Amino acid sequence: MNFDPTKINAPKLPKAPTGINGLDQITLGGLPKGRPTLICGGAGSGKTLMAMEFLVHGAQKFNEPGVFVAFEEKSEELAQNVMSLGYDLKQLEQDKLIKIDHVHVERHEIEETGEYNLEGLFIRLGYAIDVIGAKRIVLDTLESLFSGLGNQAILRAELRRLFQWLKEKQVTAVITGEQGDANLTRQGLEEYVSDCVILLDHRIENKVSTRILRIVKYRGTVHGTNEYPFLIDEEGISVLPVTSLMLDNDVSSNKISSGISTLDKMLGGTGFYEGSSILVSGTAGTGKTSIAANFADQACKDGRKCIFFAFEESPQQIIRNMRSINMDLQKHVDDGLLYFKASRPTLNGLELHLLSMTKMIEDVKPQVIVMDPITNLITVGSTSEVKSLLIRLIDYLQSKQITVMFTALALKDNRSEQSDEGISSLVDSWLLVRDIESNGERNRGMYVMKSRGMKHSNQVREFLISDTGIKLVDVFLGPGGVLTGSAREEQQLLEKTGIALRDHAVTRKDREIERKKFVLESKIASLREEFESVQEELNKTYIEEELKKSIIEENRQVLTQKRDKQ
Amino acid sequence: MNEIPPVLPDTPDHSIEPYVLRLYVAGASPNSTRAIVNIREICERYLKGNYSLQIIDVYQDKSLASQQQLLALPLLLKISPYPERKFIGDMSDTAKLLHGLGLSPESNG
Repeated sequence: MNFDPTKINAPKLPKAPTGINGLDQITLGGLPKGRPTLICGGAGSGKTLMAMEFLVHGAQKFNEPGVFVAFEEKSEELAQNVMSLGYDLKQLEQDKLIKIDHVHVERHEIEETGEYNLEGLFIRLGYAIDVIGAKRIVLDTLESLFSGLGNQAILRAELRRLFQWLKEKQVTAVITGEQGDANLTRQGLEEYVSDCVILLDHRIENKVSTRILRIVKYRGTVHGTNEYPFLIDEEGISVLPVTSLMLDNDVSSNKISSGISTLDKMLGGTGFYEGSSILVSGTAGTGKTSIAANFADQACKDGRKCIFFAFEESPQQIIRNMRSINMDLQKHVDDGLLYFKASRPTLNGLELHLLSMTKMIEDVKPQVIVMDPITNLITVGSTSEVKSLLIRLIDYLQSKQITVMFTALALKDNRSEQSDEGISSLVDSWLLVRDIESNGERNRGMYVMKSRGMKHSNQVREFLISDTGIKLVDVFLGPGGVLTGSAREEQQLLEKTGIALRDHAVTRKDREIERKKFVLESKIASLREEFESVQEELNKTYIEEELKKSIIEENRQVLTQKRDKQ
Repeated sequence: MNEIPPVLPDTPDHSIEPYVLRLYVAGASPNSTRAIVNIREICERYLKGNYSLQIIDVYQDKSLASQQQLLALPLLLKISPYPERKFIGDMSDTAKLLHGLGLSPESNG
């Protein structure tokens, strides 16, 4: 940077903060102080409101009184219009913080008879500024002058002089202008003499409106150049500069339970990381909402605040449905831990959804949010828009260390490799719930597609929703592949039968052995008897022999004796 | 409704309502000066003796600008006769001014 900074390009341009949520971020501090800014846009784009907020915030927050020069609306009308935002213009006028000057221009009341200038307007403005010591001024809208006065040449010259004069007066001016066909404004004048030009747009896509803000030019300073969506609600205008976020978020290594203990086990034991993003995708009726509700339920049980963004069902419906699986969400709602925000996707444009979500998040400051389902957002935007929205949302949530669970409806099973919004690369954990259809029934299988930074199971688990809650059970690997549902139960039964049969078989064999032993033993006994009788027999003959022998011996002795005697 | 009859030449009709005119000017700017000269001349010529002309410098009382819904200056306000009318400029467009005031340009003879 070797060039000499000119007088206009002061090293740091002083800025007048608008106090409008987000706008000061995009403009890096506010509007150029002491210089004119043009806010242009079509009818109903929020020009007057933005200008009014600039003025009221200036008066209330930044101690800069302001003048509102209304060419179109009377001061009573203006006061009424902003009353709904909680701005009491009457009071501010009494406190000499704001002065409203209604400039009435009617062409048919005035005839032009020669040269004139707008000195009257200058005097008026000068007077109004001096009376309350105004630092800010709003001119809404200068075009009325063109319709009120005929001499274009004079008007153009005078308006240039006006801008110059306002600069000399050191007031920060906001000029509103209707959008023209070829130029930013109808007269094609204001945008050249203003130092900052903010374009407001009110776009209708797919019958859904989105308000867009863009800074077209800002002399002497850097600024966000994107289109930023903004929201007008009961708190006024808020702009969400989500695209300005960077990838430098803090990370947490604390864990947060999924509410399903078996799922926690699949994720390395304790669940998801805090501040991570979790995608649950699956086909219709696979229990995505139940998983999400379970997660919210667990978070609330652990004392965390949670917002449930429902795009499909009403809170009452969700609470009722979850009661059927033994989950009492109403209790958490009553305890002020669980917040529901149900909105039809078609209610707003995508950007407004994002904006209203972030607004609610800012208000509630939850630790956990659930979005069910993100796929419904497709109805109001294209896939790329939804993706961009989710990127920004995830970024935003990570910067806030909020854990988010999205559910996404996969239309077909074969899409499982890529989720519909292509956000799989953005999320930290991705759970896939699938239908497993076989044997004439449908069962749910769940597996962890990815889970950054933690060991996770590669197993398919069968996912059961029962009266008592959600449960994951191991699936059976049969000869025909993975078995679930009744096939699994059948397999389990089969195995049980097998055990019984085997047990039975064992006992029968034992008994047979017993019997055989018995038979053999009895055989042994009878043989012994036989042996004994044989032995006895043998002994008998032996004794007989002995007896016979002794008798014979006796007889012989007797005979011998007898012989001897003879 | 209240059509003012054209003023006859050389005979200013004193029977008609007197003209009440007010001229707002911004200081001594060229436009203001010219406007003052021009309107004085017209009044003297066409409304002699039947008018009152008040010249107000808005710079002297700036709050007037807002009260009177002043925008372009110089501004001539015809308060009477009815209807009220406004003319802006240095009053150099005599024909238009006369027409607007309901006076006839031919009357100057």
